[in-house]
This record gives sequence, structure tokens and C-alpha cells, in this order.
Amino acid sequence: MEATADRRIATLARHLEASSLSYSQINNTISSSPTSSNSSVFAHLARAPEDPILGVTVAFNKDSSPSKLNLGVGAYRTEEGKPLVLNVVRQAEKLLVNDSSRNKEYIPIVGLADFNKLSAKLILGANSPAIQENRVATVQCLSGTGSLRVGAEFLARHYHQRTVYITQPTWGNHPKVFALAGLAVSTYRYYDPTTRGLNFQGLLEDLGSAPSGAIVLLHACAHNPTGVDPTLAQWEQMRQLIRSKGLLPFFDSAYQGFASGSLDRDAEPVRMFVADGGECLVAQSYAKNMGLYGERVGALSIVCKAADVASRVESQLKLVIRPMYSSPPIHGASIVATILKDRNMYHQWTIELKEMAERIISMRQQLFNALKSRGTPGDWSHIIKQIGMFTFTGLNSKQVAFMTKEYHIYMTSDGRISMAGLSSRTVPHLADAIHAAVTRVV
Amino acid sequence: MAASSAAILSVVSSTPNAASFSKEKLKLGSCNFNSVLWQGKQPSFFKTKSLSKVTMSVATNVSRFESITMAPPDPILGVSEAFKADTNEMKLNLGVGAYRTEDLEPYVLNVVKKAENLMLASGENKEYLPIEGLVAFNKATAELLFGAGNPVIQQQRVATVQGLSGTGSLRLAAALIERYFPGAKVLISSPTWGNHKNIFNDAKVPWSEYRYYDPKTVGLDFDGMLSDIKAAPEGSFVLLHGCAHNPTGIDPTPEQWVKIADAIEEKNHIPFFDVAYQGFASGSLDEDASSVRLFASRGMELLVAQSYSKNLGLYAERIGAINVVCSSADAATRVKSQLKRLARPMYSNPPVHGARIVANIVGNPTLFNEWKEEMEMMAGRIKSVRQKLFDSICANDKSGKDWSYILKQIGMFSFTGLNKAQSDNMTNKWHVYMTKDGRISLAGLSSAKCEYLADAIIDSFYNVS
Repeated sequence: MEATADRRIATLARHLEASSLSYSQINNTISSSPTSSNSSVFAHLARAPEDPILGVTVAFNKDSSPSKLNLGVGAYRTEEGKPLVLNVVRQAEKLLVNDSSRNKEYIPIVGLADFNKLSAKLILGANSPAIQENRVATVQCLSGTGSLRVGAEFLARHYHQRTVYITQPTWGNHPKVFALAGLAVSTYRYYDPTTRGLNFQGLLEDLGSAPSGAIVLLHACAHNPTGVDPTLAQWEQMRQLIRSKGLLPFFDSAYQGFASGSLDRDAEPVRMFVADGGECLVAQSYAKNMGLYGERVGALSIVCKAADVASRVESQLKLVIRPMYSSPPIHGASIVATILKDRNMYHQWTIELKEMAERIISMRQQLFNALKSRGTPGDWSHIIKQIGMFTFTGLNSKQVAFMTKEYHIYMTSDGRISMAGLSSRTVPHLADAIHAAVTRVV
Repeated sequence: MAASSAAILSVVSSTPNAASFSKEKLKLGSCNFNSVLWQGKQPSFFKTKSLSKVTMSVATNVSRFESITMAPPDPILGVSEAFKADTNEMKLNLGVGAYRTEDLEPYVLNVVKKAENLMLASGENKEYLPIEGLVAFNKATAELLFGAGNPVIQQQRVATVQGLSGTGSLRLAAALIERYFPGAKVLISSPTWGNHKNIFNDAKVPWSEYRYYDPKTVGLDFDGMLSDIKAAPEGSFVLLHGCAHNPTGIDPTPEQWVKIADAIEEKNHIPFFDVAYQGFASGSLDEDASSVRLFASRGMELLVAQSYSKNLGLYAERIGAINVVCSSADAATRVKSQLKRLARPMYSNPPVHGARIVANIVGNPTLFNEWKEEMEMMAGRIKSVRQKLFDSICANDKSGKDWSYILKQIGMFSFTGLNKAQSDNMTNKWHVYMTKDGRISLAGLSSAKCEYLADAIIDSFYNVS
């Protein structure tokens, strides 16, 4: 019996190295062994660390400080620091729940037809020739992530080039999505830390030296995490380069309407590429611009040269989706479709969207002013030059750790803060924290 | 329809070689031509045998997806599409396993409507769920499956992650197997739900079949099943249908389950349950979970994928879970963390709506009891049309053939014993839509249509081979 207990403890000790069990948890485990065997077939699985982005919220939730601030995940907060469900979304939901003609039957593998049509129109423009010529295959997916994953799986199976070029830096989940889909990931220069702006020369060089036909991931607007977007003139140069090299653009559009406040303006880069008649992929998310985060609503559109190609592409997308989750969830897509197809609701949405975008722009101004008034060393103008939900502060991971420990500010270790999580009330606290970090931590 | 890919081909030549050109495309006749507009596929290049120069300039307007072929329609979901297109008034959709009322209407449970109204009134937000899903849902779903007092739950040995209904939960498990048990096989029943093999194929998990359905008896080939399980390499995953086997409706008896567990333990295999019909098979949630609970009570580690599509009628909400029962709480913690790592690059976090509906119903004693009643009603209607179908067949078939296998089967489906040609006859002649393996969904049958269906089955069985 002693030997058995020793063996058990040794096994657990091995697991301990891979995990962060507390001593009491170990004791509980020792006393509750199953009847048949003590060894687990899962013994070789280590404990994975928390997701670097979503894990910030996990850590935030554990903090009991009253002054804690969550600037981690990109979820909009009101001036009162509360999550927001748009009025127009509540309205749409009420209509849906009270509509007795609706049921919960499986929707098609490709999702709701009207949702798909409306989504394509939203990003490509209602008069897009690509849409009128039936050259766009659109499938409803699980928000931005799901759209990227389905698109990547499709390309890994059907496209001759297996490498995708992503910006340096980019959203933390991008490389994992593409790698698990079976694509190789390379990077192209994007952010210039010295200017805290775009390294355009580096970008052109790197895309210029990419192999012909390679996939290029482009952030349609409000680049995540830097907030640095190319100008339209720069976009045009990029388009010419990309088309001349036959690179395949794959747009990630997670902030349409959220960046500038205008849906059309934020879609301009995508529409430029479609206007030249070429092919591209677009992943759309309604998580931020409609506040539908948890409903997981998005769409993947593949703009093809010809209608019959689009039709065949759609059929192959179904083969990717069916073994992954069979068909997408109905609720969020129904909310979106209800809003997009109703003139008044659509208009109301644009107003609420603009309010969110403007509040963020005002937070940028307030933070900038607060740092200026504190005389915080450095040039902080990038805070008001960058666009969208995030600011790439330029703070290093040591400074970030300091801000978390001393000021209970939660953000990702790359120095990215979500402006959406700030309020007039909390800006001074953040400014104090940044000031302290910059002056005391190197 | 827009012009498809076009290439402009210019050939300058004094003596064209007529044989090289496709006549209908170029309308040969003249010797000299400058350009030809070509509708269609890849441009090909022509050489002439003459001494003249041939210059080709192709303005490539060809899609990079040009070579992609049209995929065939899904064998199950495609049935409903075909049904919709049929204008015959006698048509009957016995394809996909979605419950229908006696009036053949889709059914949203009253308890679901109540839950949704509660949710609307409480005005909850739409923030991201954690990667593993809604905490209240995960707790409720594991308790529903194992029973709240079950040691596996008390000892925190179950890793539960909310998944996209049954399919999504199976896929997460498959991804876990691929990553942590490379080379390990999944054994699937012959036959099984059509999408199982697609899931494992896409997850790159090898699979092989174990004998299950015996066409001679229209019953279970139990010896074959045990034999194949024992012959598989040690440490294989054995995919078992917790209850109401899809597509056959044939379930092992409790005694047979014990022997299956023995065989699996003997070979250190890992049981992998697909539970899509808990409560729907017998009408009792606990009874339908008995196979899973048997294995858990033996201290085995196992995987269980759950779906609320049928038993709560939440088909379109995509709500389910993957549960991994481990030998320790520590292992469960680690397994859960790795499942999260697989979910994040697939869809980040699962949809909140369906999860809240389930949590609200299971967490509210009144609603929970109402659910049990509605479920008994649904399962009861299916049992009663099953009986009526059997009675109608027996009344019309005087040959003395034993159709009792229809009554012994359980759940939404019945394996009629019809082959592909006979199933096609059901559709082509009788406008009865079903899957090619002879499976009919009794959930789509009304008592009013039992006689018609009986006639169709008898005709197809005897007059078509």
C-alpha cells in the first residue's frame, strides 16, 4: 500500500510541473482515485496557459481592487464602464422572440440566405458589380474567427499557394487560425516602433518579395493591435503591388463602421480591390459594430472572377463547414438580418454605431490631453493618430506588468489598450499609471 | 449570367494548321485571323507547323479557383432540399431527424419559449462567453448526463466544454485525439451517422468500422461487434451511440452494454459516446443516460459528446458539449485547458443564446419538469407512430414476413431494411424522402400518413430489388 501511495504521489508530482495545482487540490486528488486504474490516458497532457488575450479578462476577474481597469479584450464599454447592448439589437430581438411564425429548425449549412446577401452588400456596397454578377460566394460563419478559419481551410484544400502573409504585429489569434487550417505563416513588416506608425517601405518590400500567388492578410480598417491604417493613397499602391504579383488578398473586417464612424468609409479598401475585378476573400464580424460578441455572427465572402466559379466555391465551403459544426447558429444572424433589411432600424444602427465610434475618439483625445498635462515624457500623438478600438501605446512588457501590479490596469503584454474600456472617470487613473510606468520602469 | 473567364488569343500565321483548332470556337475558313474571343476554361496554346511566327498573348482573366469542382449535395441535409423542390401533394419528408408534430409542423417547445421570454425580460448582455462556454450551462449539462450526485462530478473529474451541438463537440474531441493520441484510431459502427466519418477525416483522425447492423436479422450483430472491438489495436477510441442508434435505431441491451464495457476495458480502449437523444429515446433522461453512467461507474475514462438539438428542439441554436471523464481532477483541468486551445482558433468562443436557454430550463425546477413532460410527449408520439406503422404494414402484408424489428428499434429513426434501389423507389414513385441507407425519420411521420407509408414500404420491398 505504501508503494502504491508513493507511486501516486510521484505521478502527481510529474503533473504538478505541468500545472499549477494548489496543495489542497493535490490532497483532494489523492483521496479520490477511481476504482479501476490510477493512471490516466491523459497523463501526458500539460496544462495550457490561458489565452493571452482572453486570459487578461480571466486575470482581471480575479482582482479584487476597486480601481481595477480592464483594457484587455476589445469589447465596447459605455461611459459608465458597462457592456452595451444596442437599442436596435434589443428591438430586433424582441421582434424575433415574439414572432410566432419562427421556429428553430436547422438553417442551411451556409447560413441564412438573407443574412448572407445583406452582409455581402454591407461590405462590398449595394451596387457592387461583383454582387450583381453573382460572383460572390458568401457563407455565414462564427464571427470573425470562424470566417477566417473556414476561409483558411478552404484555401488549404483548393488553393495552390500554401503560405499566408500576416502583418507584424497582428491579432494574436491569426497565426493559430491559419496554422491549424494547414497553411504556413509568414510575416510582412507593418508597424514601425520608432514612428509608431506604418512601415510602408518595409511593407512594400516584403510583399514585393513574396512568392507569386501567396495569400496576404489585410486588416480592412482599424488595424489590430496597432490602430495604424494605411492612407487611401497607400492602399492604392498596395493594391497595384498585390495585383501585379498575383497575391491573393484576404481581408479581415472586424470594425466596419467602428473605425471612422462611417460604414462606407471603413469599407473603402475592400471595395478598391473588388473594383479592379480581381478576386479576394473577406471575413466579416458583427461582434463589435453590432455589439453581438457572444452571438458569434460573421460571414465569409469569396469574390470570384465568374458566377459559376462562385457557385462551385460555395459548394466546397459547405464541405468544410459540415464536419466542423454542421450549420451555423440562427440567433445572431437573425438579429443582423432584421436590422439590415429594415430602413429605420438600419438607420438607427448607424446612429448608435457612430456614437460608439465617437466616444472612443473622445477617449483618445482625453488620454492624450491627460498625458500632456502630466508632462509625461515622450510623444503621445500616436494616441490620437491611431484609429479604432485599440491603441498601441509603445509600452514594453515590463512596463505593462508594472501597470498591472501597481495600478491594476489589465492589458495585453504587447502594450495594446482597448480604448473602448476607458471612460472620462478612469482616464486619469490610466494616465497616472502610464506616467509612472514610463518614468520608473525601463 | 456574366461572361465566364475569357482569354484573348492572337495568332498570326500564314498557314494555319486546321487540325490544331477547335472548329466551333474559331470558325475556320479564312487563313488569316487576328484575334479570337474564347469563352471557357484554361487557354491552351497552339503551334502550327508552318514557318510563320505564332505569337500568343493571353490576357489572363481566369479565376484562381477555376479548377474547383462542384461538390455533391450533403446526403442527409440534401434530402430536405430535394423534398422542398417536390410539388407532389403526397410528399413526405422522412429525411433529416427533426421532430414534427402530428400536423407535420416544426415544434418549438413551450418551455423554450418561456425561457426566451425570461431572457428577453432580464436584459442580459451579449459579452463574449469564456472559450469553454457558459459556466452555468457546462455545470447543468454534465449533471444532466451523469446525475448531479455522480462521483465523477463530485470529484470534479469531468472536463466539460460547450460545443457547437453534437457535430462541434465531436470535432473538438477529434481534434484532441489527433493532437494527443497521434495514430490512434476511432472505431465507428457500421453503419453510423453519415457525418461521423467526415468529422474524423477533416480532423485527420484515422478510423475503421466495427460490425453493428446485421441485415439478416435487422438487428445487432453483437458477436461481430465484440470481435471487432477486441481485434482493434490497444488504446483505440470506440465511438458508441449512448441511446437511439443513428441510423438503425438498434441499441444494445443492458446486458450487452456490460459485455461491451468488458471488451473495451480488456483492450484499454477509450469509450467515446455520442449522446444526441438523451430523453428522446425512452422518454426518460436518466434511462437514456444509463449506458454512459455504467461506463463511468466502472471508473473508466471516457468522452461524451452531447447535443440539445433534438431533446430541447434547439437544432438551429447549435448547443451541445464535449465531456471528458478523467481519472483525476488534475487531469480534467489539463484536458479542459487543451480543449480550449483547440476551440480558440476554430471560433474563439461558443454562441451564448442556446446555452442560456438550456441553463435557464435545467436550472429552474418548474421549467425542468415542464421540459420532461414535453419530452415524454415527443418520445411518446414517435413510439405511437412506430406502432401504427408496424400495425399498418402487418395489416397490408399478408406474406407472413416478420416486421417486428420496427417495434424493437428505438428513437427517432427506423432502419427499414430497404436497400438503395428500394429507397430510391420510395422517393421516385411514392414521394417519400429518406436517406439511401433505408433510414426513415419517424419524427417526420404523422399517424394519418402511416398507411400510405406502409403501402410504399411494402411496394418497394417486394417489387424492387
